[in-house]
Amino acid sequence: MSLLSSLLTNRPDHEVSLAAQSLSLGYPAVSIIENLSLHIPPGKVTAIVGPNGCGKSTLLAGLSRLHKPSQGTVVLNGKDINRLPSRQVARELALLPQEASAPEGLTVAELIQFGRQPHQGILRQWSEGDQAIVEAALAVADLTGLADRPLESMSGGQRQRAWIAMAIAQQTPLLLLDEPTSALDLGHQIEVFELIRQLAAVGKTVVMVVHDLSSACRYADHLVAMQAGRIVAEGAPSRIVTPALVEQLYGVKCILLEDPHSGTPIIAGVTRLG
Amino acid sequence: MSSSASRPQVVKRSWLICLTLVVLSVLASLLIGAGDVSPGRSAQALWSGADSEARFIVMELRWPRTLLGAMVGMALGAAGVILQSATRNPLAEPGLLGVSAGASFAVVLAISLGSSAATLNLGVAVAGALAGCFLVLLVTQLRGIGSDPVRLILVGAAFTSMLMAISTLILLSDQRSADEMRFWVIGALAGRPTETAYSSAPGVLLGLLLMLPLIRPLAALALGERVATGLGHHPQLTRMSALVCVAILVGTATAAAGPIAFVGLIVPFVARRLVGPDIRRTLWLSLLIGPIIILFADTISRLVVKPYELPIGVVTAFIGAPILIAVVRGHRLPTL
Repeated sequence: MSLLSSLLTNRPDHEVSLAAQSLSLGYPAVSIIENLSLHIPPGKVTAIVGPNGCGKSTLLAGLSRLHKPSQGTVVLNGKDINRLPSRQVARELALLPQEASAPEGLTVAELIQFGRQPHQGILRQWSEGDQAIVEAALAVADLTGLADRPLESMSGGQRQRAWIAMAIAQQTPLLLLDEPTSALDLGHQIEVFELIRQLAAVGKTVVMVVHDLSSACRYADHLVAMQAGRIVAEGAPSRIVTPALVEQLYGVKCILLEDPHSGTPIIAGVTRLG
Repeated sequence: MSSSASRPQVVKRSWLICLTLVVLSVLASLLIGAGDVSPGRSAQALWSGADSEARFIVMELRWPRTLLGAMVGMALGAAGVILQSATRNPLAEPGLLGVSAGASFAVVLAISLGSSAATLNLGVAVAGALAGCFLVLLVTQLRGIGSDPVRLILVGAAFTSMLMAISTLILLSDQRSADEMRFWVIGALAGRPTETAYSSAPGVLLGLLLMLPLIRPLAALALGERVATGLGHHPQLTRMSALVCVAILVGTATAAAGPIAFVGLIVPFVARRLVGPDIRRTLWLSLLIGPIIILFADTISRLVVKPYELPIGVVTAFIGAPILIAVVRGHRLPTL
């Protein structure tokens, strides 16, 4: 765990805050999110959930300055994220888009080295410190023996952990992930979610878009439930997830069970509405 | 790349191979010619002035030509690597995308309008290449074309043929010599003024210098725009600056040696095969591979139809076309 803590950020006492204030996002012809405000709880795992097309990925893109707001602001540590230099943002906030792809032949270690770019400059070239961080990120993501393997030769779960390791090497207090487990089978999903939990355990603030509500309940501390570009419920999963919320979000009836291990809600017995 | 050796070993070995080949290609270019001065006589003339005819041919004709070939090779090789990176397209090539054609078209137009100064040609060629580059950028933004490597090349090829046709028309109506016409359509190293290599050096150097701060952002762009942004880069700005670099390099090379096609395809292809996809390795190696390809192609061009010479563009097309087909036919196109 100490390895992980040392990796987390080069400024351990650094407080980080990320919030959306009256945020509107969209394209010239269509508005996707309107007047949304959200405060990301620091040091916790926040999952954004909701039906397809509800704007959850767009919200994440807005929070990570990939999508420029049409109105309102995203505030990172008290400043408008779109007015900060991109490199400075990259030292506070690491980002993993959905279905990221690497060129053929790129190895795991080479991918993770990219995570050091925000800390490099013309005068600040690759250092022993960077190398140590890459090796620590490999260890945290449980990829040490695979450092020189090309990405395309690995399993989906290993590959996704390699991408997360790249984001870890960025040493940011914030990590934003868009559907980090969308293309993975159950075993690999667990690998990835447990890695994310480990990161949160040492104080990293994580925001992720999650497709599967049960997984979100199991692995997130804080849920943001969205529908049609608005937040309809927000809070701890066991507090806010109810059959009524599931019906409102997905238009289905269900019963809720309690996970015997974690005590978090499990959605079961799903049927279409009348 | 053999799987037994680690990446640093492979990189070191590739550098050694390429350095050896650079020396060999320079020697071949100095010693082998279309005329009746044998390689042996040429070799002696390198350090002795006794044989004045051979001395003249080697030092006054072949040496500037070799230097020019090396310069053009570096420019086109690096331009190919940068262009492929910026468009994330393993088929992108200045000669196929209309960048070279834009440069030579601009020069032909300027000549027909009365310009003849070589220094003016350089600026005009860079401007023409720049116009070609921005057309490429525009096309990559079009839905359905930008995302498909082969279609981009088709559009580029159509654009290239069109410009070449207009260039030919202008030169024909201007009653230029067949040689000059051929030069601006296929390119050549033969018969260029001695100082061409020196006058194009600043352009090549400038292009390479401007490229330095782009290497890291271009490497990140290979992971996709969103990841590159996440790492603190500005993909759109990176791409524009990269295209300006490409225009300077290709414009300079074209003003010096005409539009030599396929070098910008062959060089990155070979470099990737040797040291993997990362531009931080392929770009430096391309500065050796470019001259190797150009100098060997130029040497071959002197031997095929002795005592005459082929335009070098014909030789590079013979090497490049099969590579183009191989890349297109490959199991899947490597994403860049």
